Amino acid sequence: MAENKAENILEISHLEFSFRTYGGVVKSVRDVSFNLRQGEILGIVGESGCGKSVTCSCILKLNPEPPGFFGKDSSIKYKGEEIVTKTNREMRRIRGAEIGFIFQDPMTSLNPTMTVGKQIEEVFVGRGVTGAEAKRRALEILTLVGINEPERRYKQYPHELSGGMKQRVVIAIAMVAKPSIIIADEPTTSLDVTIEAQILDLLKELRDKIGTSIILITHDLGVIAKMCDRVLVMYGGRIAERGTVDQIFYETAHPYTAGLMRSIATLDTAKDEKLVPIDGTPPDLFAPPPGCPFAARCEYAMKVCYERPPKETQLAPEHRCCCWLLHEKAPKVDLRRGRGEGQA
Amino acid sequence: MRKYILKRIGISLLTVFVLATVVFFLARLMPGGPFSDPKISATARENLAHYYGFDKPLIEQYFTYLGNLLHGNFGYSTKYPGQTVNALLASSFPYSADLGLRALCFAISFGLVFGVMSALNRGNGIDLFFVIVAVIGTSVPDFIMGAILQHFFGYKWGLLPIAQYKDITYTILPSVGLGFYTMASVSRIMRASMLEVVQQDYIKTARAKGVSNFRITWKHQIRNAIMPVITILGPIVASVLTGTFVIESVFAIPGMGKYYVESVQNNDYSMILGMTVFYGAFLVFCNMIVDILYGLIDPRIRISK
Repeated sequence: MAENKAENILEISHLEFSFRTYGGVVKSVRDVSFNLRQGEILGIVGESGCGKSVTCSCILKLNPEPPGFFGKDSSIKYKGEEIVTKTNREMRRIRGAEIGFIFQDPMTSLNPTMTVGKQIEEVFVGRGVTGAEAKRRALEILTLVGINEPERRYKQYPHELSGGMKQRVVIAIAMVAKPSIIIADEPTTSLDVTIEAQILDLLKELRDKIGTSIILITHDLGVIAKMCDRVLVMYGGRIAERGTVDQIFYETAHPYTAGLMRSIATLDTAKDEKLVPIDGTPPDLFAPPPGCPFAARCEYAMKVCYERPPKETQLAPEHRCCCWLLHEKAPKVDLRRGRGEGQA
Repeated sequence: MRKYILKRIGISLLTVFVLATVVFFLARLMPGGPFSDPKISATARENLAHYYGFDKPLIEQYFTYLGNLLHGNFGYSTKYPGQTVNALLASSFPYSADLGLRALCFAISFGLVFGVMSALNRGNGIDLFFVIVAVIGTSVPDFIMGAILQHFFGYKWGLLPIAQYKDITYTILPSVGLGFYTMASVSRIMRASMLEVVQQDYIKTARAKGVSNFRITWKHQIRNAIMPVITILGPIVASVLTGTFVIESVFAIPGMGKYYVESVQNNDYSMILGMTVFYGAFLVFCNMIVDILYGLIDPRIRISK
C-alpha cells in the first residue's frame, strides 16, 4: 500500500527502556521498533502496563533517568536526529516545539495556579518569541481547538473550565507551536463519550489542517478503528502485531489481538451472549518469560512459545505479527473462533 | 474578591465579640475576686468594689463593659491602681509584637528556604542535614532552645547579649529561640509539599512543554507547594505569639507575658479581659489576613466563596 509514499518522521529501532527499583530491574520496553510517517495517525493499543506509555515518553525523554535507563542498542531518530543521546537541555528545544504531548488526565495536567493563557504561552518561553506574538498564537490556537470566547478563557484558571474544555486546553498546549508530531497518551480516557467524540474529531481535524503526525495511545479498540491509519498492538513490552486498521480488525493474526477483539461488545452481540475475557494477568516484567510474553495466557500456546521468543513474520505489506503460529510447521488455527465459542 | 474579604471581616468581628462575652463571664466564675486578700478590711473591700463598679448587677456590668470596649477602653487595672489596662498594654505590647514579628520573619523565611533546598536535594547530604535540623527543631521546646542559645552564643562564646531587649544584637537570640520550632515545622511541611507537587501531572506537562528546570521549580513547583504553608500560617502566628510569654521570661524582656500571668493570678478582671480580648483580636486579625492571602494566591478559593 502506501508503504514508501510518505517519509518517516520518526524512526525507532531496538528501543529498550528499564527502571531500576528496589525490587529489581523492570524491563518496561523490550526491543520495540517502529516508524511514524508524515501526517499519519498511528495507534498503539494494549492493556495497562504493556509499555505503551513508557515507549512514548521515551520519545521526549520524559521518563526520569535514573531510575530509568535506555538499552544499549536503543535508537530514536527524529528527522534523522538521534534522541537517545541528547541531554536534558538539548531536549528542551524539541519538547513542545517539535513534538507535543497530550496527557491522559486533563483534570490534573494543568497547573491550578496559572491562567490558561499563561500555560499555553509558556511553550514559547526561551524560544525567541515576543510576548505579543505568543499571546496572538495562544488566542489563535484556543479558537482552533474550538473554545468560544478565547479572550475570556485566556484569562481564566483551569478550575473555571469544564473537563472537555480543559482537555481542549491541553491539546492547545501541545499544538500551539505547530509541532511535527503529537503524542496523545489516552487523551479521552477520563472524558465522557460525547466529549470523547468531539475531542477525537478535533484531533483528526487538526491533523488534516496542520499536517501533524499523531501517535495515539489507547486501550479502546473503538478509538483505534475510528481514528488510526496504522496500529501497533503491544503486549508485555513488545509489539505483538502491527498493520493497517483493516488488517488488524479483519485479518487478525495474533491470538492476543484476537482476544482483544472478542472482549469487546458490538451491536451484533446478542443479549445473552457473554463477552470472552482473556484469562490471566500480563507477565511480570521484573523477570519476563524467555519465550513469547503472551504464552502463559494464550490458548494456542505450544512448547516452543514458552522457550523462544517468536520472530516477526511479514504477512502482507504493512502487516507483521510476532507469533509462533505463523511458523510454517505450526498447526493452522482459526483465531476468529475462540475455544469457548467453538462448541456453541 | 471584595465579597470574600467583607465576609472574612464580618466573621472576624463576630469572633471577637463572642470571645469578649465568654471571657467576661468565665473570669467572674473563677473563685475569689480582685480584693480577696485577707488583709483588706470588709469596708475597704466594699468601697473598692463600689469604686470599680463590681457591686452592680452582672448584666449591667457586662453592658457597661461592652460599651467601653466599643470605644477601645479596657478600664482600670485593680492590681496596678491608677493605671489603665490600655496604658499597660501600650507599654508592653510593642516588645512582644517586635519579638514575635522578628521570630515569624526568621521562621518563615528560613523554613521555606530550608524546605525547598531539602526537597531539591532529596536523598543526599544536604537534604539529610536540613531534615536533622528540622527534627531537632520540632522536638526541642522554646525555652530549652532559648537556654541553649544563651549558653553558647551569650555565655561561652560571648557573641551576643544574653538578656534584655535594647538594640538589634539583643533581639537575635530571643527571635531565633522563639522561631526555631516554627522554622522547623515550616521547613518540614514545605519539603513534603514540594515532593508531592513534583509528582503532579502538571509538572510533567511543563516538562513536555520544554520549560527549563529552573522555571519549573519557581513557577510551577514552589507556587503550588507553598499552599499548605499558608494554610498553617494562622496557627503558626498563634503559636509564635503564645511562645513569646515563655521566651520573654527566659530573656527578661518587658513584654505582655508578665502581665498576662499576673492578671489571672490576681483575678484582675479588667486586665484579664483586656489582655485576652486584645490578644484574641490580634490573632483573629492574623487569621483574617491569612485567609485573604490564601484567596489571593489560590484562585480556586476566590470564586467558590
